[in-house]
Amino acid sequence: MTASGGRAEGAATGATTLAQKIIARACGRPVAPGEVVTARVDLAMIHDSGGPRRVAPILRELGVGLWDPAKVVLISDHFVPGDTEEGARILALTREWARETGVAFHDGVGICHVVLPEAGHLRPGMFVVGGDSHSPTGGAFGAYMFGVGATEMAGVLATGEIWIRVPETILIEWRGRLSPGVMAKDMMLALCARLGMDGGRYQAVEYAGEAIAALPMQERMTLSNMAAELGAQVGLIAPDEVTAQWLAGVGADPGDWQGLRTDPGARLAEHHRLDAAALPPQVAAPHSPANAGPVADAAGERIDIAYIGACTGAKYADLAAAARILRGRRLAPGVTLLVAPASRRDQERAAADGIMAVFEAAGARILPNACGICAGYGAHRLAAGVSCISSTARNFRGRMGDPSARVWLGSPMTVAASAVAGRIADPREMLEAA
Amino acid sequence: MGRIWRLADDIDTDQLAPGQYMRGGIEAIAAHCLESVRPDFAAGVRRGDIIVAGRNFGMGSSREQAAEALRHLGLAGVVAESFAGIFYRNAINLGLPVLTAPDLSGIEDGAEAALDIAAGRLLVGGRAVPLDPLPENLRPIIAAGGLVPWLKARLKGQA
Ligand code: SF4
Repeated sequence: MTASGGRAEGAATGATTLAQKIIARACGRPVAPGEVVTARVDLAMIHDSGGPRRVAPILRELGVGLWDPAKVVLISDHFVPGDTEEGARILALTREWARETGVAFHDGVGICHVVLPEAGHLRPGMFVVGGDSHSPTGGAFGAYMFGVGATEMAGVLATGEIWIRVPETILIEWRGRLSPGVMAKDMMLALCARLGMDGGRYQAVEYAGEAIAALPMQERMTLSNMAAELGAQVGLIAPDEVTAQWLAGVGADPGDWQGLRTDPGARLAEHHRLDAAALPPQVAAPHSPANAGPVADAAGERIDIAYIGACTGAKYADLAAAARILRGRRLAPGVTLLVAPASRRDQERAAADGIMAVFEAAGARILPNACGICAGYGAHRLAAGVSCISSTARNFRGRMGDPSARVWLGSPMTVAASAVAGRIADPREMLEAA
Repeated sequence: MGRIWRLADDIDTDQLAPGQYMRGGIEAIAAHCLESVRPDFAAGVRRGDIIVAGRNFGMGSSREQAAEALRHLGLAGVVAESFAGIFYRNAINLGLPVLTAPDLSGIEDGAEAALDIAAGRLLVGGRAVPLDPLPENLRPIIAAGGLVPWLKARLKGQA
């Protein structure tokens, strides 16, 4: 990865960033970075874990209902399929609340950050609050979407408003094109290593450049999703034809998106320039995404479990990429490959394209369309002492199971290649041989 | 009147709310607040005292207890050159005054001081140090003691 970076660039008068434009619309007047404003929320998303069970008691205490049930979306994913007593109880409570309030409810059909756009709820230019730390995923669609805790979410649900400090923009420009075998996940792991987990300083990260323009929608979602690992408030990508077509494909009107971009000459806090063509596949060693480096540094580490899952790493594009490696191959002896497709829709598409059959032929086990062990829930939680390579976003100690488990992060292709090799492996070797 | 506790740049959430006490509730967390940088802080701090710090106060995790511990100890507020984003959100929403100032040089540890939020000044050693004004729309939240009490008061009128 060659790059230059650093503090940037003066402002042309009147030139504004994408973040500024969306926030200005949401609060009805022009805004400047650093200013604290009150914005009107276009949409609020909550899930079974941080949602009804946490916000309903606060709303009761406030003695109010929802400001606008038509602008609230509830998605169950963390405790699906409800195979523990606690999970079943939380899902029952979630369903009951959905009936009472009449909000849009997507129950057991996939992970919130993936279901929200595919169900047509997201559009460019929206100002959206989510009750989950990976809410920046919505930024891939040119929506200003960020995560809040239960108390702030209750405030949003009660009033439809939230205060926000208008962020500065950190522009991350990727030149060139990714090489075969290298994915959006590799770009993010490299950025985590380079900028650190607080490099985003709770400002707006924006991705741009030739490599981003060339990425399909679901790969862009991975970039925005892991803006959370950079400590940014949002991870924005200006909408383009790719965005508009994808949205049209799920029956959402992309609206008037053409002007939604950072103007040339707008003031940037930082401008990083990176070369996508020079990027090799990356792996992050236990126990931080910032422990990332070229896959060669970790190659040969023995693994027990390979996990293709999560909003970060099990969308259709991720499944398709992993299947390119797995086609005609089988898992190494003793290795378990778990695949939890991020949504039912993506799994059905993958089944129709023969991708699910590739996983089955390779010896993988297919798990429900839910957060699963990424959230540390369910029967497949990592046991003491196991080594795992995972397509998820976080490898903090104890997150996916026992604190003695060791988790490496990689792209879905790297996870697949490692499952075949029984040790951490570079997917490019298997692509060439294919 | 309170006293100044002078702290450096980059005070993080693990120093404010140490990880190993996170299971113990706010009482236990507050008792160990800042012990790794100022072992005398938790036992010595009095209601009305003020923290004056450098850049990036509250960096680190999103744990609300970092701001809650300071409120629990009765701090009148934190004045710093800058704050980490999530800490700033949490502090306002919990009713802890957090203010930035363009110049905090010459303010000494232990000095008698008072925070005048309405006038945007820190009164210390006969000086009035100007503070950046608290944003208009955050003042009522701070005045009410945080987001939930503020919402309660605001929504009562409408119900
Ligand atoms: S899959 Fe993992 S990262 Fe995504 S929402 Fe669920 S728990 Fe969070």
